[in-house]
Amino acid sequence: MSVKNDQPDMNRRKFVGTTVAAAGAVVVAPGVLLHTVAGADPESRGASAKHRWGMLIDANKCAEGCSACVDACNSEHGLTGHDRPATDAQWIRAVKLKDNSTGHINRLVMMCQHCEHPPCVDVCPTGASFKRTDGIVLVDRHICIGCRYCMMACPYKARSFVHEDLENQSVNAPRGKGCVEGCTMCVHRIDRGETVTACQEACHDTGHGAIVFGDLKDPDSEISQALKSQNSRQIRADLKLNTGVRYSNL
Amino acid sequence: MSKMYYRELYCGTPVRYWAGMALLGTIVAIALGAAFYMEHNGHWVTGMTNQVVWGLPHVFAIFLIVAASGALNVASIGSVFGGPMYKPLGRFSSLLAIGLLAGGLVVLLLDLGRPDRLIIAMTHYNFKSIFAWNIILYSGFFAIVGLYLWAMMDRKANRYYRPIGFAAFFWRLALTTGTGSIFGFLVAREAYDAAIMAPMFIIMSFSYGLAFFIITLIAAYMWGDRELGDLRLARLKNLLGVFVGAVLYFALVFNLTNLYVTQHHGVESFILLNGGVYTAMFWIGQVLIGGVIPLFLIYSPAFDKARWAIAAASMMVLIGGFFQIYVIVIGGQAFPMSVFPGKEVLESSFYDGTVGAYAPSLPEMLLGIGGIAIAMTMVAVGARMFKVFPESLEDPGESA
Repeated sequence: MSVKNDQPDMNRRKFVGTTVAAAGAVVVAPGVLLHTVAGADPESRGASAKHRWGMLIDANKCAEGCSACVDACNSEHGLTGHDRPATDAQWIRAVKLKDNSTGHINRLVMMCQHCEHPPCVDVCPTGASFKRTDGIVLVDRHICIGCRYCMMACPYKARSFVHEDLENQSVNAPRGKGCVEGCTMCVHRIDRGETVTACQEACHDTGHGAIVFGDLKDPDSEISQALKSQNSRQIRADLKLNTGVRYSNL
Repeated sequence: MSKMYYRELYCGTPVRYWAGMALLGTIVAIALGAAFYMEHNGHWVTGMTNQVVWGLPHVFAIFLIVAASGALNVASIGSVFGGPMYKPLGRFSSLLAIGLLAGGLVVLLLDLGRPDRLIIAMTHYNFKSIFAWNIILYSGFFAIVGLYLWAMMDRKANRYYRPIGFAAFFWRLALTTGTGSIFGFLVAREAYDAAIMAPMFIIMSFSYGLAFFIITLIAAYMWGDRELGDLRLARLKNLLGVFVGAVLYFALVFNLTNLYVTQHHGVESFILLNGGVYTAMFWIGQVLIGGVIPLFLIYSPAFDKARWAIAAASMMVLIGGFFQIYVIVIGGQAFPMSVFPGKEVLESSFYDGTVGAYAPSLPEMLLGIGGIAIAMTMVAVGARMFKVFPESLEDPGESA
């Protein structure tokens, strides 16, 4: 039997209020906790605009028949192919060139040029293609929808689309079927505080030393010194993208 | 002029209608199967590669999307430009536009590497990307044309007819500008990177959209056993002739401009002279089948009121238009990108400096055809549910 009373039921209000507060706390607390944990890890502090990572590749030192950097990149990032060169991913490739007017022959390696003004980032509809504050251009595999517009826009053919199932992925570079990917400048190493990329290391170990990697914003770094002392150029400099990868003796 | 009565379209007998729907349903089901096959295995089972990244599905999708905005023109002529002969056709024009756009977008979506991430495309926007604008333009098109259709069909909403008509007209211009700009803003590839792409796509949409409209109109009135007057068809036919000529003119200007620029001689000779299949598609497909022959069929006095000639001309405009998009999308990618100007590529593991090989695969083709079937299904269902088609389109003065 119900009691007729025109006073509001205060107990019920209190109950509703407490329930809402408790539910709110349960929803928010894990996020706060995870944020604290994430912030405590020095490796996750993120990129800093105090650096701009770049490379200088000496075309004269890039040796005929050598594939050390390509192999190193493949094993570092778990890029296993299916023997289908048209669809297999290639983050770095060797190219042999002949000058049309002089006949001079050059060899060099091509990869993502990590532009200051990357066309891939401009065209990406979801913002999956992005540039870190330290100049490294990456693809966020969580929001890449696989539209491949970035591949249409890149003047360097630097990106690959993952055309088939992936196995035995490397922890260094999680990949995703149906997403686009490319050179990360070994961002996993940089975020650990290392300043040597897999390709540079391999090139150095073979004794060729054609690749110099480093901080373009640090005037004392090896790469800054090298760029200051010798002539270098950007590929497709006419597009004014201000690439992070430079070439000498080209 | 007699009063117009609109009535739902019953295609003669129920069997005729449902058999048609069953056929369309089967084609759509096959297309969905093909899309599942490509997504499940990954894109390596298609003709697409890391060199030619957009294949046949993109050709179908862009073709349908461009045609969709053009199909709305008949309604726009009726409301924005006040053409009394076109006004009764406005409802069908809007329905066809919605159907074609939906068909094109389904194909585009199912060709993504991650179609399951549609929700991401709808919630994460990079406003510098033309693709992101297009997502908004396409969604807005459905909404505005839907309202437009409502304003045409509901007497109470009739006072909104003109403002919505204007809005729809400007929105469709923006939409095709966006579609053309997908290519116009690509600095990397020599075949694109031209501001003329946007207006060229608009004039292409006028032509393909009207061709689609004429064919489906003739077909609907044939199946529905309704009267379709010669005068109205002649108007549409003459308009199509103007649009076909304009498309040819834009193709001429686009190529002449490129020919003037020494840097673009390579890509021009690829498309116009030595590009093999792309050269053939340009001259035989785009120019001859899509331009010269339809113009002859449209303007020759020998075929004055011949309905087959109008239908044939429209069909050829569509086939030629398909080739035109194919040459733009695939031909433009097949032509090697100039990564190292002034240098010849002697060796590369990534096909630098060589013409990109692309052969469309069967699943891509099936998915693309499915897009057309989806468009036609939506039109067939819409025309049956709503009062879209006038009961009779006999020429004014015949009854009155």
